[in-house]
Amino acid sequence: MKYLHLIWAALFRRKTRTILTLVSIVTAFLLFGMLDAVRNSFDQAGQSANGAQRLQTGSRLSFIQTLPSGLSSQIAQVPGVKSVAYANWFGGAYQDPHNQVFSFAVSDNYLDQYPEVEASPAARKAFENTRTGILVGEKLAQRFGWKVGDKIPLQSTIFPLHDGSKNWSFDIVGTLKAKEASAAWYDQIVLMHWKYFDEGTAYNSGMVGWYVTRVNDVNQADRVAKAIDAISANSDHETRTQTEQAATAAWMKQLADIGLIVGSIMGAVFFTLLLLSGNTMMQAVRERTSELAVLKTIGFTSSSVLLMVLAESVLLVLLGGVIGLGLASLLIPAVAKGSGGMLNLPGVTAGSWMLGLGIMVLIGLLVGALPAIRAMRLNIVDALAGR
Amino acid sequence: MSKSKNFLFGFGLFLLVIACLAVWINLPPWMVAAVAVLFALWMAFTRRGRQAASVTGVGISTLKARLGSSAVVVIGIAGVVGVLVALLAMGEGYAETLRKTGSADTAIVMRGASASEVMSVLDRDSVVVIPQTAGIARNAKGEPIASPEIVVAANLPVKGGKSADDEGSVQLRGVGEHAWELRPNLKIIAGRKFNPGMRELVVGKGAQRQFAGLEPGREIRLGSQQWTVVGVFASEDALESEVWGDAPVVADTYRRGSSRASVTVKLADPNGFKAFQSTLSADPRLKVDANTTLDYFSKQSEGTSKVIRIIGITVGLIMAIGALFGALNTMFAAVASRAREIATLRAIGFRGLPVVVAIMLETMLLALLGGVIGGALAWLIFNGYTASTLAQGSVGQLTFAFHVSPALLWTGVKWALAIGFVGGLFPAVRAARLPVTTALREL
Repeated sequence: MKYLHLIWAALFRRKTRTILTLVSIVTAFLLFGMLDAVRNSFDQAGQSANGAQRLQTGSRLSFIQTLPSGLSSQIAQVPGVKSVAYANWFGGAYQDPHNQVFSFAVSDNYLDQYPEVEASPAARKAFENTRTGILVGEKLAQRFGWKVGDKIPLQSTIFPLHDGSKNWSFDIVGTLKAKEASAAWYDQIVLMHWKYFDEGTAYNSGMVGWYVTRVNDVNQADRVAKAIDAISANSDHETRTQTEQAATAAWMKQLADIGLIVGSIMGAVFFTLLLLSGNTMMQAVRERTSELAVLKTIGFTSSSVLLMVLAESVLLVLLGGVIGLGLASLLIPAVAKGSGGMLNLPGVTAGSWMLGLGIMVLIGLLVGALPAIRAMRLNIVDALAGR
Repeated sequence: MSKSKNFLFGFGLFLLVIACLAVWINLPPWMVAAVAVLFALWMAFTRRGRQAASVTGVGISTLKARLGSSAVVVIGIAGVVGVLVALLAMGEGYAETLRKTGSADTAIVMRGASASEVMSVLDRDSVVVIPQTAGIARNAKGEPIASPEIVVAANLPVKGGKSADDEGSVQLRGVGEHAWELRPNLKIIAGRKFNPGMRELVVGKGAQRQFAGLEPGREIRLGSQQWTVVGVFASEDALESEVWGDAPVVADTYRRGSSRASVTVKLADPNGFKAFQSTLSADPRLKVDANTTLDYFSKQSEGTSKVIRIIGITVGLIMAIGALFGALNTMFAAVASRAREIATLRAIGFRGLPVVVAIMLETMLLALLGGVIGGALAWLIFNGYTASTLAQGSVGQLTFAFHVSPALLWTGVKWALAIGFVGGLFPAVRAARLPVTTALREL
């Protein structure tokens, strides 16, 4: 520690070079921070304490196949089940068929299953009392400039009304707000009454897209899931029940192997960075040969010279890396906002910081190793003579 | 006074760089070729040009002594170009796979305002009426070439999955008897076609790669019933990711009755789509929308490929900034170590311009090398590399191959040269502006 000023002075001996190198390191870790946030947001989806308590029951045939609504009372009787709710995919779009909005027709108790989603008691009450009422996510409302009390049309790309038209009309009675990062996408959805939906279209006739069941005891989840599937075994509407976590994970895996993509990009970036800062350190040590020799002459041991060069390179990478990650944590909210709420990024998490710091130290050590060993082995007489 | 002048000069240079980059990005290849030829002529036939050429020669011949730091420029830029080209190739491959699925002379008819086939339902009457519309091609037997199709999702165990529960979604298409005539590029590569009325399936090559148990002769369970896989087809497009069965049988299994999702038809006249469309919309019995399949599938890929493109360019830009500063670093060091040599040149009468040109040429050559290496690596590793995703507007995994096209490689090289240009310009200008007396005294 007491040599910090010495290391610092050595680092900024050539300001231009150090600053140029720093900028490269900053960009590398800026990229790392942003990509890691993307990876995290994929990993995090569906992973929460509340999510572990929920089971999703869908058709075994496929996710677009529906189930009879009568199953609801049967599932409720399975021991260990706390409550059952159900939902249907509505396939809504606002103004333009390509402007799709995540919209679901849900049972009245649907929101009880999601304690991490907040709706004011007044909004819940108004929702219960309004047949055409909808609750909309806060960010979605912002995006389209909706206010509570507005009457809005939504086109369903799947379900026409009885008269063949697709323009359903709804009244906004309240907003939804996610209390946890893992439920962030509830800020983007529209919930409507399943009853209004079912009566409004000729294409549903009492069917349900999926059931959401809460269990009393998380450890019993597997047993309850099997019991629920057993109800409709060998019928024409066999079900498959999974924990919310497993269902989301399977879904994300089908979407893309984000881990692999992020991993390969970061591999390329860090390899380049290694080379770049390695080159800088080599130059720095080569230039200072005579100074290092003087240090050794006045009594610094070989190992302390080694440590000082290593410390210098670690400091260089740490400095750039911390600035880069800091920039990333500033930029990510801006990016998330700029995307109109389409991207939900959790920001740079503590985990990312730890991983990032670990990588910084590792790269610093790798980069410093060669020049440091060269500095350690320096022969004083040769170095002073400039040989 | 001189400080503000310096600042103004730097600022002017900065604006110039921005302008050059803006022009460069939009420059068509033939213009680039023209610029290169003009430049070569200048180098060969003018006094200044010949001076520049000889200074460049000196610089390049001493590259060997600066191998390590020059490698930083090359590898840094190779990294940028490699990642950029790979990401863009992913978007390109995705879009191309869907685009190839459609053609201008076939049309798809769906219920009005349906964003995709899965969301569309056509009742029995429409399914009967649509093939009788004027403008549809007829085969040798005089039947209209139209295939009422139903599209559903099916869950199948993934290849290499950990448990039997590790299932993925595949698009199952129930097709009519004319489906094969509609898609002449579709070839059975193993086994045979399914027999109408039987619980038999033919599977796409891509689906076979993705899911377990899709070999001809094997039985698989879809819903509560056993199906036999009887063949494999290849089509080099999005259909390859699907599994096909006979439409009535599929509709029965998935309780769709006599309804279908869409009717795909072959147009009698490739330019007759407009007429076909207006005939359909004039028919009071129908409430349907028609699109050429080319249009339909291109639209399906729009959103996703745009997202991939934006991600690719963002990542590429951030990496490019990193590589740019690496290049600046290297070239400033190179200029510093050659300061005395450059000053000598200027003392004996070489002007500033040849020095600037020489250093920029050197950097851009290194950058070009990096760009070529990066592009080549991306091509070697990723061209034809297959990936899959849940496609927009479909309900199954879409398998697609990365496509590293010459246009993408050209984009990569353009980026590399742009980085080299900026990375070389500032060190070059510094070298040319350094007072000769100071530089000669250095070291």
